[in-house]
Amino acid sequence: MKALKLKKEDLYAYLESLKSYGELWGPVKRGERYAYARLVNVREVALQALRTILPPKKFFVPPRFNMFRYSEDRYTEAFEDVKPRVLFGLHPCDIHGLMILDELFLERFPDPYYKKRREATAIIGLSCIPDDKCMARSTNTHAVEGGFDLAFNELGEEYLVWVGSSLGDDLVRLNLDLFNEEIDAQDLQKYLEWRRKRDSRYKLNFDLTGMPDIMELSWDSDLWQELADKCLACGACSMVCPTCNCYNIRDVSDLSLESGVRERHWDSCMNKEYALVAGGHNFREARAERLKLYYTHKLKAFITEYGKPSCVGCGRCIDTCPVNINVAEVIRALKGQEVKV
Amino acid sequence: MTGNSQIAASAPSANPFMPEQMRIVRRSDLTSDVRFFQVRPVDMERALSLDYKPGQFMMVSLAGVGESPFSISSTPSRPGMLEFCIRKVGRLTGELFKYKENSIIGVRGPYGNGFPLEKMIGHDILIVVGGLGVAPLRSLLLYILDNRDKFGKFYVLLGARTPAEMLFRKEFFEIKERDDLECLLTVDNDPTSQWPFNKGVVTDLFPKIKELDPDNTFATICGPPVMYKFVVAEFLKLGIPKHQILMTLERRMHCGIGKCGHCAIGSIYTCLDGPVFSYWDVLHMKDLI
Ligand SMILES: Cc1cc2nc3c(=O)[nH]c(=O)nc-3n(C[C@H](O)[C@H](O)[C@H](O)COP(=O)(O)OP(=O)(O)OC[C@H]3O[C@@H](n4cnc5c(N)ncnc54)[C@H](O)[C@@H]3O)c2cc1C
Ligand code: SF4
Ligand code: SF4
Ligand code: FES
Repeated sequence: MKALKLKKEDLYAYLESLKSYGELWGPVKRGERYAYARLVNVREVALQALRTILPPKKFFVPPRFNMFRYSEDRYTEAFEDVKPRVLFGLHPCDIHGLMILDELFLERFPDPYYKKRREATAIIGLSCIPDDKCMARSTNTHAVEGGFDLAFNELGEEYLVWVGSSLGDDLVRLNLDLFNEEIDAQDLQKYLEWRRKRDSRYKLNFDLTGMPDIMELSWDSDLWQELADKCLACGACSMVCPTCNCYNIRDVSDLSLESGVRERHWDSCMNKEYALVAGGHNFREARAERLKLYYTHKLKAFITEYGKPSCVGCGRCIDTCPVNINVAEVIRALKGQEVKV
Repeated sequence: MTGNSQIAASAPSANPFMPEQMRIVRRSDLTSDVRFFQVRPVDMERALSLDYKPGQFMMVSLAGVGESPFSISSTPSRPGMLEFCIRKVGRLTGELFKYKENSIIGVRGPYGNGFPLEKMIGHDILIVVGGLGVAPLRSLLLYILDNRDKFGKFYVLLGARTPAEMLFRKEFFEIKERDDLECLLTVDNDPTSQWPFNKGVVTDLFPKIKELDPDNTFATICGPPVMYKFVVAEFLKLGIPKHQILMTLERRMHCGIGKCGHCAIGSIYTCLDGPVFSYWDVLHMKDLI
């Protein structure tokens, strides 16, 4: 993969030149936390930001959007006009999260709504130093080899910039003068040093090998009921998770009742109606069953199918759940407790 | 707006969520709350080229109401028409019952794995059905009848609560007359006292099964949940291997194509990996039933 260097002092100038490609978005400070926002003023970008409140999935699967307009029995595709945009500052875990969504939405039966937004968006990664809620090292999502157009990595006074796609190459050429193509042995040493330092900062380290088996053997464990007794079924853990993709579809009629829109909006497997079917039968009436589904999906299902968990270790559930149910707690409990079969 | 294209009636569109326009060609009441619908893509070429497998389902779409999954009841061996058999239970089905012949509905699919015909060919077949379970199994049954020489011995056991509640009653009376399969009918109760066949639950019919080579048999069951346990026990008693016992499962579905998450069971999506599962699947994948 091609790599270049950019002086840190030139970052703002480069961000400014990205605007000639499209809208520029990046993390900004919102109170004590961070959120993705349009960077009208590039100096607003929060380079020290860790996890944003909502993950970047909101750019590709908005919380609510129209799929179709209908009029009597005719459906017309309702694509929102997505202008070219650059998403700057995605950390490795979030890039991995996007790659998981890509697998879900672009492989079998490609989803044109997702595809359109994805294709209109350039992804620029940014390296980060973990805090005590990051667990990307455990999920092996703390580094990226793909899934981005450009990736910026700390290198002292400079950034090491990986070019991950031909679009990335175009983006570099928007202001090629700012970049230095000479990378020497010293840079490599600095890069390795940085990686060592970053890796040593993870406070949450779990060995996730065998997780599918552990989940299987803990199927009837009391743990699920104990967690369910605390859980408020608020669904926040799904909203903030970069790989939660569940949604509902709903038709909303205009006042005339003859036309309207078919819309899609985020749903959560934590909601009580999630598996409710006609006649009132609910396949997941019990909160414990719904929690189990969430964590089966994160820690077992994906490993079975793709060889990796669908948790990318971003720590958002740790930050968000009002009663402290999160992937780290569940892994601890699953691995620590006496297993009941 | 960049892509506000009106999709022609001759879908399938590149958008997998786009319902195809289909016309209700015929509808008739099977019981007081179950209706039979014959529908055909508005585009005739599409109607004749539409391919599917017994056991697959389609999403039926009513503008302003929503979408729901329904098993295909017809067989791909009789092209040109799709058939559904639908019970009125709620909002969408309630609306659908108001649709008359010649009205247009939206349909997309087919979805799901369907029955593993490639594996079933050459084997003896035992189909056990109760109630609305006829919807998917009628497709398989008609398919086998249309390809009779490709299968071995063929048994069909059908149960209903009363004669009036037996779906496709006339069709089954005719099938019963054929000599290339053994079709056994039973009802739990017969208020009319006119019922000429067996009275009792469907498992009562098992002793009438003769000369079935269990290792070489595929058995299928679809019906009300209470039936499964007892019927599967009978299959096992006959010695049919667990992976050759097939059943279709139901879950809430919003997309049918592995995106919305609602039909997830453990590691699988019912809409993609099902709705047909083997008894072995059910045993080793927790949560299936
Ligand atoms: C694979 C499959 C095959 C089916 N085949 C048939 C069939 O051949 N004949 C038949 O009569 N019924 C069948 N059903 C059940 C049928 O889908 C439901 O009866 C129907 O969705 C009820 O919709 P409603 O709006 O009338 O009911 P409501 O109770 O008003 O439904 C409300 C909402 O719940 C959802 N929903 C409710 N029940 C189900 C359900 N069982 N599955 C999925 N989503 C549901 C609907 O999408 C709807 O948005 C099948 C279900 C599945 C999963
Ligand atoms: S955020 Fe916490 S309380 Fe809310 S649904 Fe998730 S686990 Fe339950
Ligand atoms: S489960 Fe929690 S830590 Fe893992 S990806 Fe989702 S929000 Fe992040
Ligand atoms: S119905 Fe949406 S994932 Fe199966």
